Amino acid sequence: MPSNLDTENQLVKSLTDQFKNKIKTEYVKHNRIKISTNQDNLKSLATSVKELGFEQVISHGGTDYPDNNVFRIEYHIICVSKKKLRSIMFSIMTEISKDTPEIETLIDIFPSAEFHEQETYENFGITFTGHPRMEKLLLPEDWDDIPPLRKDYILPGRG
Amino acid sequence: MVNDPTLNLLVGKASDILDNTLEKNVREPIRFLVNWGRLYSLWPVHLETACCSIEFGAASGPRHDVERFGMLEAFGSLRQCDVLVVQGTVTRKMAPRMKWVYEQMPEPKWVIAMGACAISGGLYMDSYNVLQGVDKIVPVDVYIPGCPPRPETLIQGIIELQNKIRKSKV
Amino acid sequence: MQNAAMNIEDKGGDQLVLHVGPQHPGSGHFRIIVTVDGDYIVGAKPDPGYVHRGAEKMAEYRDYIQNIPHLERPVIIDATGVTLPYVLTAEKIIDVEAPDRAQYIRMIMAELNRIISHLYWLGIYGIFLGHSTMFMWPMGDRELFIDLAESIGGTRVTFSYVVPGGVRNDMPTNFKERALKTFDYFEKRIEEYKKIFFNNPLMSARTEGIGTMDKKDAIRLGITGSNLRACGIDSDTRKDETYCLYDRVDFEIPTRKEGDSYARCIVRLEELQQSMNIMKQVFDLIEPGPIKQVIGGVMRGEPGEAFVRTEAARGTMFYHIVSDGEKNPYRVKISVPSFRNLIGMTHLLVGSRLADMPAIYWSLDYWPVEADR
Repeated sequence: MPSNLDTENQLVKSLTDQFKNKIKTEYVKHNRIKISTNQDNLKSLATSVKELGFEQVISHGGTDYPDNNVFRIEYHIICVSKKKLRSIMFSIMTEISKDTPEIETLIDIFPSAEFHEQETYENFGITFTGHPRMEKLLLPEDWDDIPPLRKDYILPGRG
Repeated sequence: MVNDPTLNLLVGKASDILDNTLEKNVREPIRFLVNWGRLYSLWPVHLETACCSIEFGAASGPRHDVERFGMLEAFGSLRQCDVLVVQGTVTRKMAPRMKWVYEQMPEPKWVIAMGACAISGGLYMDSYNVLQGVDKIVPVDVYIPGCPPRPETLIQGIIELQNKIRKSKV
Repeated sequence: MQNAAMNIEDKGGDQLVLHVGPQHPGSGHFRIIVTVDGDYIVGAKPDPGYVHRGAEKMAEYRDYIQNIPHLERPVIIDATGVTLPYVLTAEKIIDVEAPDRAQYIRMIMAELNRIISHLYWLGIYGIFLGHSTMFMWPMGDRELFIDLAESIGGTRVTFSYVVPGGVRNDMPTNFKERALKTFDYFEKRIEEYKKIFFNNPLMSARTEGIGTMDKKDAIRLGITGSNLRACGIDSDTRKDETYCLYDRVDFEIPTRKEGDSYARCIVRLEELQQSMNIMKQVFDLIEPGPIKQVIGGVMRGEPGEAFVRTEAARGTMFYHIVSDGEKNPYRVKISVPSFRNLIGMTHLLVGSRLADMPAIYWSLDYWPVEADR
C-alpha cells in the first residue's frame, strides 16, 4: 500500500485555512479523510467540500451514543468525475444533542442525500429542516414505536 | 404422477374421457375429473415478497422448466390465478397487501409458503419488521423449506400440492 | 403494461394517480406512485420498504461471523458482491488480512456473481420488453455460471463464502478447465444475444433515446454503477480505489456517452466480457498457498471505525462499521447502489411516457430487496 498522503493533506490544509479552529481533523489516512465540526458549521463545511470537487453523497447515516446523549451524523462524500480525487472518500461529521434532534438539510448542496436523510429521519427521529419530505420511507406506515436504530429500541425477542 | 394408472384415461375428446372414466370404474368420477382439470393448470400470482423470487424465476427458466409439471409462469392478473406462492419474507408493510391479493383471488385457491422466512421468519426471527410465518394471515397448503429453496425443491412442493388437490373434495 | 394499476385515483382535471405495484408483473416488491396526464408521467414518487427487514439493526445483535448470512440476503443474486465489502470492513476492524490466494478466489467469486446477476437482469429485461426468448437464453446460460459458483461455494446462490481472514474453502482442482470451457461457450452466446436482442430494431426502438440521463444530472443525483458509466463517466471502484488484487489484472471499463436505456444495456453486456477477461487473468496469476488466516477465539474489533466501498454488480456498495471493542459491531451502515439509483429513477420517469416505464425501470437494474435492506 502506498502511503503518500500528499493529496489528502493538501485537501485538509485548504479546509483548515478556511475554517481555522471551527473544524477538527479526526484523521487523515490513505484515501480516507474525516473532519468533524459543530452543528452550525456543517452546511458551510459541506459547501467547501463540494467546491473542492467532491460531488456525491455515497452514504449518510447516524449513530446513537446514549452515554453522551448525542447522535453522530456523518456524510461520506466521493468524487466520480475527477480522476485525481476518485480514490478518496471524504467524511464530514457532526454531533447533535438527543434533546433537540434537529439539523439543517444538505440536499440543496448534495441532492443525492435526499433519500438518505429521509432514512435517517425514520431510523433515529432526527428532523432535517428544509427537507421537502420528512416522512416514512422504508418503515411501515403504521410504525408507532420509537425509531428502531436508537440504542434504547430492543429487538423483539432479544430483550 | 407417472405411476398413476388412471393417466391414460384422460386422453382424447371430452366425451371419450368421460366414457373411459365411467368404464374403468373410477371411484367418484366427477370429483376425479374436476380435480384432474385443476391440478395441471396451476397459475401462480406474480407476487414477489422477497429474495426467494429469483429461485422462482430460475424455476421457470429452461433448465428447471416448471411448466413441465403443470405450473404456468407467474401472471399479473389475480382473477385468473389459483396459486399464491409466497416467495420469501413477508414484512409488516407487505402483509396487508398480500392478504388483499389473497382475498381477491377466485376460489379454489392454494397457498405455497416458499422459504424459511415465509414459514417461520427464518433468519429474520428477531427482526422488527418481519412477519413470523405467513400462516398467521393466510392458510398455507404446502411449506417449502430452504433459504432459498432450490428450484428442484420448489418443483417437489408443487407436486405435493398436486397430490393434495387430487385428494381434495369438490 | 398489463394490469398496471392496482389503484387508480382521480386527481381532478386531466390527471390520474396510478399505484404501480407491489403486486405487478414488473415492479416486484416495490411500489411507485405515478401521476399521469394522458400518456405522460408528470410526477413519480417511489414507495420502497416492502422488503425492509432491518438488517442494520440486526447486525448490532450478531457478531462479525454471524452477520455474514443475513447481510448476504438483500442481494442473493450478487451474494459475493454484497458480503465482500462487509468482510473487507470487518477485516480492517479486526486487523487481519487475507492471503493472496484467498484474494484471488474472492475476485473469481465476485466476477462470477457479477455475471450471474447481469444475466438475471438481462433475462428479466427481455421479458419486460415482451421478448420471451431473451428471458430463456440468459436464464439458461446463467445456470452454467451458477454451476461454477456452486462448485466453489457449495450452494446455488447463498454461499456465505467470503469470511474475515480469507475464504471458507479452496477451489476444486479442475475448476480452471471447466470455467474456460464455459467462457468459450458463453463468448459465442454473447454474439447471438446481440443478433437476437441488441441489434433487434424492436428492442432499440423501445430503448434508444428512452430515459436519457444527462451526465451532470447523473453526478448531481448520485447515480452509480453501470448507470453512471452509461453516461460517459468511467468510474469503477475496482480501478478508482483498488481492493483485493484488482490492481494486478488488466481490464477495461465499458462506457457509453448516450445515457439512455440502450446504453445502460450495452454497458452491462460488455461488462460480462470484461468479467470473464478478469477471471482468465486470475487463473494465470493464482498460485498455491493458504486460503485463510486463522483467527483464534471470538473476533473482537479494536474500538474505532472503518468504511469501505467495492464495486458490486449494481454499483458501488458501501459499508461503515463502528466498533466499541465488543464482539458485536456497535453500528453497521450499509449504503447500497439500488437505494442511491432510486432518486435517478424518479428523475427519469417524470416527463417520459407511461408505456416506457418498464424499459426505464428495469434498465436501471433496480433490485428492491437490496434497496430496502
